[in-house]
Amino acid sequence: MKRLDRHKTLADYRQQMDQCVKCGVCRAHCPVFGEEGREAVVARGKVTLAHALLNKEIEPDPLLSENFSKCLQCGKCVRRCPTQVPVDDIVLAARREIVARRGQSLFGRSLTSLLRRPRLMHLLAGSARRAARLLFRRVPQKSGLRLRFPAPFIDRQRSLPALAKRPFRRRHPEFIAGQPDQPIIALFTGCMVNYLYPEIGEGALKALAALGFNVIIPKDQGCCGLPALSAGDGTSASELAARNLRAFGEHQPDQIVTLCASCHSGLTHHFKDLGPDYEALAERVVDINDLLVSQGLEEVLQQLPQATQKPKVTVHTPCHLRNSGLDEPPKKLLAALPTIELVKMNKANACCGLGGTFSVHHYQTSRQLGAAKANAVKESGADLVATACPGCIMQLQDSLDQADLPQRACHVLELVGEALEEKS
Amino acid sequence: MLENRIIRIIEGIVGEQHVSTADTDRLCYSYDATQRQHRPDAVVWPSNAKEISLLLKMANAEGIPVYPRGAGSGFTGGSLPIHGGLALVLTRLDAILRIDEENLIAEVEPGVVTRQLQKAVEALGLFYPPDPASLKFSTLGGNVAECAGGPRCVKYGVTKDYVLGLEVVTPQGDIIRTGGETMKGVVGYDLTKLLVGSEGTLGVITKIILKLLPLPAAKKTMLVLFDSIDGAAQAVAAIIGGKIIPTTLEFMDGTTIDCVRRNTDLELPQAARAVLIIEVDGDSALIEKQAETILKLVNPLGVVNTWVAANSEESEAIWQVRRSVSPSMRKVNPDKFNEDICVPRSRLPEMIRTIEAISDKLQIPIVNFGHAGDGNIHVNIMVDTAEPGQEQKAKQAIEEIFAATLKLGGTMSGEHGVGVTKAPYIPMELDPAAVAYMKAIKKALDPNNILNPGKIFLQD
Ligand SMILES: Cc1cc2nc3c(=O)[nH]c(=O)nc-3n(C[C@H](O)[C@H](O)[C@H](O)COP(=O)(O)OP(=O)(O)OC[C@H]3O[C@@H](n4cnc5c(N)ncnc54)[C@H](O)[C@@H]3O)c2cc1C
Ligand code: SF4
Ligand code: SF4
Repeated sequence: MKRLDRHKTLADYRQQMDQCVKCGVCRAHCPVFGEEGREAVVARGKVTLAHALLNKEIEPDPLLSENFSKCLQCGKCVRRCPTQVPVDDIVLAARREIVARRGQSLFGRSLTSLLRRPRLMHLLAGSARRAARLLFRRVPQKSGLRLRFPAPFIDRQRSLPALAKRPFRRRHPEFIAGQPDQPIIALFTGCMVNYLYPEIGEGALKALAALGFNVIIPKDQGCCGLPALSAGDGTSASELAARNLRAFGEHQPDQIVTLCASCHSGLTHHFKDLGPDYEALAERVVDINDLLVSQGLEEVLQQLPQATQKPKVTVHTPCHLRNSGLDEPPKKLLAALPTIELVKMNKANACCGLGGTFSVHHYQTSRQLGAAKANAVKESGADLVATACPGCIMQLQDSLDQADLPQRACHVLELVGEALEEKS
Repeated sequence: MLENRIIRIIEGIVGEQHVSTADTDRLCYSYDATQRQHRPDAVVWPSNAKEISLLLKMANAEGIPVYPRGAGSGFTGGSLPIHGGLALVLTRLDAILRIDEENLIAEVEPGVVTRQLQKAVEALGLFYPPDPASLKFSTLGGNVAECAGGPRCVKYGVTKDYVLGLEVVTPQGDIIRTGGETMKGVVGYDLTKLLVGSEGTLGVITKIILKLLPLPAAKKTMLVLFDSIDGAAQAVAAIIGGKIIPTTLEFMDGTTIDCVRRNTDLELPQAARAVLIIEVDGDSALIEKQAETILKLVNPLGVVNTWVAANSEESEAIWQVRRSVSPSMRKVNPDKFNEDICVPRSRLPEMIRTIEAISDKLQIPIVNFGHAGDGNIHVNIMVDTAEPGQEQKAKQAIEEIFAATLKLGGTMSGEHGVGVTKAPYIPMELDPAAVAYMKAIKKALDPNNILNPGKIFLQD
């Protein structure tokens, strides 16, 4: 059966690869290169390898896969590249090429096949919770229950959030009415919010309600497709995209909000390649922080009563938001909160080191990047580090735990939700 | 291809994980910023002088070429393994060994990235002035080997003015020290000066002792836009004539400005056909006055707009404009021939006019920018080699530009070295006896022609 893959091929990027002048500027910015120091992992090397792969000068062997797997998709190289070579996209196209020629397993089949099947996810989430009690060692943490995964493909030492008692989408009806004259906002929950961090979704609902919006949470939505794309599995990503197009198209929402920097990038940047319908959908996608700021939530927040005890909060900017030029809105929301004190952190834009499956394949490098981040949080003197991406939260929390620090990672919307709750 | 036996020996020296013959690595160490490609047979990442010494001894015994490499950001192909052999990557030697605040020196390994050292010394109130535009990624070893210069040279000089001593592995594998830690020292030949700028052909640098200065109290950065290149060139003369030596005097012509527009938030109006970036540093009261005088001096020369940075972020924004220049060039045409001629400061306007005439005559775009303060112009001849005749024209332009440069008392490389790209033109600048003198040095130190063969001179 011919499977559908609407994504660009490596050959589509030939001209952009030719734009690389081998200047080496990316050496100063690629976090993976910063840790590993070998040319094959820096953007310049990856472009060279992609080019050689395209010209069949080099075999798609395991070593090549390994080198292409060493990309966080942080986009730092693209932002700093004087000729704007889209290295992150080229890496994904190279992964697809390798998968097409060699089969998939190399970039993490297990996760992709799971995320492709929401029903299976639900089922697993249920049984995993039950199994958790027997299987997972519990790690006592001030922040609540955290688990250590015994699965072979996840490092044993990694701390992970507990699965939600009830996935977010199951907790709420498909339509939540606001004020009739207000727009209809469709909520894209994303896998992590749905299964791991429902409190982020709850915060979003409170914030949207505070503005009187009508909210739709389409039942049949699925994963944004970024993990599949990252695994080089264009087919699954295309299938997921089609599914989301159906799920959201049906309701004709005014806007579609994402709660996760990566989902935002998946539904905007990556959707744009897929065809006119998808592009039209992508145009309606907006990051929740961006939406809330543009719709005046700041004023609502500023009018809340001042808290007497304010925790110190610092901000980490997810790469995917930064690349979309959306680093300001989360900061603006936090600045407007009368319940916290915002403090500065060094290198707030540095990548947390997660990079999706990157941290599964290259936990050591990922951990080193995380350690630098944890240290920056500590030095900022903050009690909490807030961000706008559940993936970053998971990585930041793991990094803080690994460093034995008491700080906690959370989503901006959790803090917004809490503040709004106190009012009501 | 290297025999397995040789690979085993190398593995024995550096450890298995620090040598690779994989295609991926051979490809990834086959290029530098010239964009030419030559694959090494193997890539080696040694970690200290001892290993490098053993590698060179082996290479001599087996007749294998060895190509030292820092960040691979060179513009003349100095690190390219044009005869295969070993790419000797020095980035694992990346320790700042010490910073001596009392004697104002730093001792570093060659793989330290220039900016890293600058940050470390600046945190202590000290200053390492050489600042090639590649400072965020090029290595100090590469800087020393090329004698890199930068915008601050006008006032502070180039890399060689800061190198006090070196530890070097000779081509035959001995480990020697040259110079030392003192500001003065005249025992024997000045090998330090010989090695600085030797482009990795006379020894592998494994330690560098650098002179530091106190960090200037303040600096002021200005971006001045002119309506013509003549105005900018005259401004340089006016400033120096006014007995002010700014820290930097960088210029860009109109095409250069067009190239960088996308890389900056600064307003660069179309009417601006030349830019000077002027920086002064020192005592804050003094630099305020200097800045004022400079602006007064240049104002009558067709100034379109002036931008004075109010703080270090704004100053950084201005410098970002400059740093993004050379890689952005490709927008004009796909192939770039990049030369970095240097003429006596006062001949700059004449030189620019000559280049423009050559550009008009041959009908190919030539983009100019560079360090106006020291007469160093980066001449970028932009062509599309896919079009017939263009490459030939570019070569003709290069020759005519070099000839004009030499006639004005200049040199065909201000800071990028000779490497492979300029080797063919050496006879234009150096007389045969001088070339023979240089070759004799190379031959005496590297009789088997192991270290970076094929560079500087056409045949070794
Ligand atoms: C965007 C850009 C801007 C630049 N701006 C400037 C500028 O303003 N001024 C300037 O002078 N140059 C500039 N350059 C050129 C280049 O960055 C310099 O020549 C730099 O010094 C090279 O350092 P590297 O570490 O990249 O060395 P490489 O390119 O790796 O090597 C350069 C030479 O040094 C030799 N070498 C390297 N390390 C050692 C060692 N430890 N021992 C012996 N030999 C060694 C190599 O064999 C080779 O011949 C620029 C380049 C780029 C891409
Ligand atoms: S910064 Fe861009 S052009 Fe320069 S080497 Fe990296 S990818 Fe290539
Ligand atoms: S996207 Fe990030 S990790 Fe990937 S090559 Fe670019 S800078 Fe490196």
